[in-house]
Amino acid sequence: MSDVATHALSRDEFASTVTARVAQGGRLAHLYALAHAGGFALHAIVVGPEGPLDLATLLSGPPYVVAALTPQVPAADWYERYLHDLYGLEARGHPDLDPLVLPRSNATGPPRPPHPATLHPIPPDTTPLPALVRGEGIFTIPYGPVRSGVFESVEYVIETTGEDIPRVQTRIHYKHRALEAAFDGRSAPDGLVLAEHVEGVASMAHAVAYAGALEALAEVEPPPVAQATRLVHAELERVVNHLDSTLRHTEAAGQAVAHARLAVTKERVQRLRAALCGSRFSRGVVVLGGVSAVPPVDDETFRELARLEIACRDDLRRLLDTPSFLDRLRGTGVLPESVVRAHGALGPLARGSGVDDDARVMRPYGPYREIAVVPSVQRGADALARQVVRTEELLHSFSLVRTGLEVVQSASSDALVTPLPPKLSGHSLGWAEAPQGEVLYVVEADEGHLRAVRPRSASFVNLALFTAAFPRDITTDFAFIEASFGLSVAGAAL
Amino acid sequence: MPWVTRGLADGVVTTRYPARPDGYGSGFRAAVVVNGTLPAGRSDAVVGLCPTDAIRVAREVPVVDPDRCVLCGRCVEALPEVFSFSPALETAHRSRPLEANSDGPLASTRTALATRTRALRRSIYVRHVDAGSDGSEEWEVAALTGPIYDVQRLGVYFTASPRHADLLLVTGAGSVAMAEPLRRTYDAMPAPKVVVAVGTDAATGGPLRASYAGTVGVTELIPVDVVVPGSPPSPFSILHGILLAVGLLDPASTSARVRP
Repeated sequence: MSDVATHALSRDEFASTVTARVAQGGRLAHLYALAHAGGFALHAIVVGPEGPLDLATLLSGPPYVVAALTPQVPAADWYERYLHDLYGLEARGHPDLDPLVLPRSNATGPPRPPHPATLHPIPPDTTPLPALVRGEGIFTIPYGPVRSGVFESVEYVIETTGEDIPRVQTRIHYKHRALEAAFDGRSAPDGLVLAEHVEGVASMAHAVAYAGALEALAEVEPPPVAQATRLVHAELERVVNHLDSTLRHTEAAGQAVAHARLAVTKERVQRLRAALCGSRFSRGVVVLGGVSAVPPVDDETFRELARLEIACRDDLRRLLDTPSFLDRLRGTGVLPESVVRAHGALGPLARGSGVDDDARVMRPYGPYREIAVVPSVQRGADALARQVVRTEELLHSFSLVRTGLEVVQSASSDALVTPLPPKLSGHSLGWAEAPQGEVLYVVEADEGHLRAVRPRSASFVNLALFTAAFPRDITTDFAFIEASFGLSVAGAAL
Repeated sequence: MPWVTRGLADGVVTTRYPARPDGYGSGFRAAVVVNGTLPAGRSDAVVGLCPTDAIRVAREVPVVDPDRCVLCGRCVEALPEVFSFSPALETAHRSRPLEANSDGPLASTRTALATRTRALRRSIYVRHVDAGSDGSEEWEVAALTGPIYDVQRLGVYFTASPRHADLLLVTGAGSVAMAEPLRRTYDAMPAPKVVVAVGTDAATGGPLRASYAGTVGVTELIPVDVVVPGSPPSPFSILHGILLAVGLLDPASTSARVRP
């Protein structure tokens, strides 16, 4: 985590500097706007070997016009669409500025920077999307937002001839909750409660990233017991999310016994989390500067952890040895390394395609500065490679949880929190490796209140790649590709 | 070990709830309860304390609105002598106000549905719709069909088609873009039908406030009969909400008993 210095640039320098940094091997990790007198500042965060770099340019207007980054930096695609929706930023040269998080027709105008219209709901638009692929026998299947089963709402517009899928459009606006606006003007502790609700299945990672930004601003370090407690909960969150992705694979593959057994294990992990903090989703564990309580650890905690580890290891190894399961994953949803790098993809999705980026290893934060993590990387680039990455990570997480619990049990000091000064001001960055990949928070505080928060989840980045996973696959592979992405729509739609 | 024998290895793991109470209830926090009055002269002690404005004070006695509380614990930490967490499996309650129900009072809806489901040997078909959740409620709803909760044993089935559904489970803060898909789903369901709002987000928007994206709960989008507060509510609480809504539980009873 760091209090990143911002490099102010002219509009032309901004585009050329971002493009050059990415060409040198940097990854576009965020593109966001901050309200400013007479307009807004457009910021890009590029993560290179030396760490994150914050580049910015001031835009006055409207109209706000810039040269699109997307043609040179494909990772900018969804960011530029998001900024077009919310701020009216016109990225000239962007291939498709179709609304991403707002309805297709919006007579109200861009709702950001905040102005009175922000309070009035923008009327929805239910007209179907135009199909873009043309040819004999091509038709469109609108799949969602209400789908068969218990799913988060999202619509996939599948353009197909019946089996091959030349194109999928992903419509996430159904779940847009105006989260960046929701942070405006809140107190720093209130922001933490909101951060836990940005992506509910990765509450812990979001809380750590948000708190990390403010802790960096205040230049405080949580005490060792707090770091260990955060480690325990963050790794249990990883275990349960990876189990969930595997569960959805087994369901799609009709592996009824494996599905039932893994569902039991998942529930038991949730119960272990609740036993350690009172919440099945580790909510309320993180407070600014530390944690709210020490987990009650006894011998039974270690025994249950060992039982869960054995259950996971046995079932997951057996699963990776079951031909009728492997056949559905092998060669499904191939994402070549070049595509993954160009889009700046994150987490198990990237690591399954040979990109060895794991924030716990490359940009260690909090507890991971003291504890070595062994990253899992596979080169298969298909759903199976992602399943293998998740299996290895999940098993490794158990040993990290055990390490964390041992630190908690043997701790000599009972300090839980390093207090932050109440009237913090400044601009800062925090991150954490969620089960889905790196979560990034930009926080701008003014006298202890939040002037702006710009959360960015791995789901937002990775879901943009969904359409790229289909060229070689057919409609029956859809469920596997979706499960192997392992994302939460809530975190993408913000 | 092959899968078939592996599947038998653990025996029966399914809960006996609601026929018998389940011991898991003490395992996590399900509500914030008030244990006393505010310290003398400190009636302002709760001002600005709750991030979701769930606490109201009447003559030094605070009241916590469960439909707004996201269980963050800030009040418990600041005033432990006044507020505490309470574990519970049965947190669902009727929606307020009852007049908001377009099908008439909840009791008559429930009786009508109970009569019909009795003819169907009490099997209930459930359709779930996410109207802007944070993603965690879906996990808790999906857990109901797993081996531990196994709601099929109670005749509760999830269905793909709203035309087969008797009960609509709604999660999420009520994003404006989901208003139309939600209403279409509701309209496609045959009458009588009941709606259960799952989670504090669905009840009031939780930590979110009114914005250009809506998000102050689903009660303005659709007539809600039963609310299951919690952020997210546990699978037991959601099951309690379903059973309450379809009249399988006596709403006056506090114990977990199926009505004979």
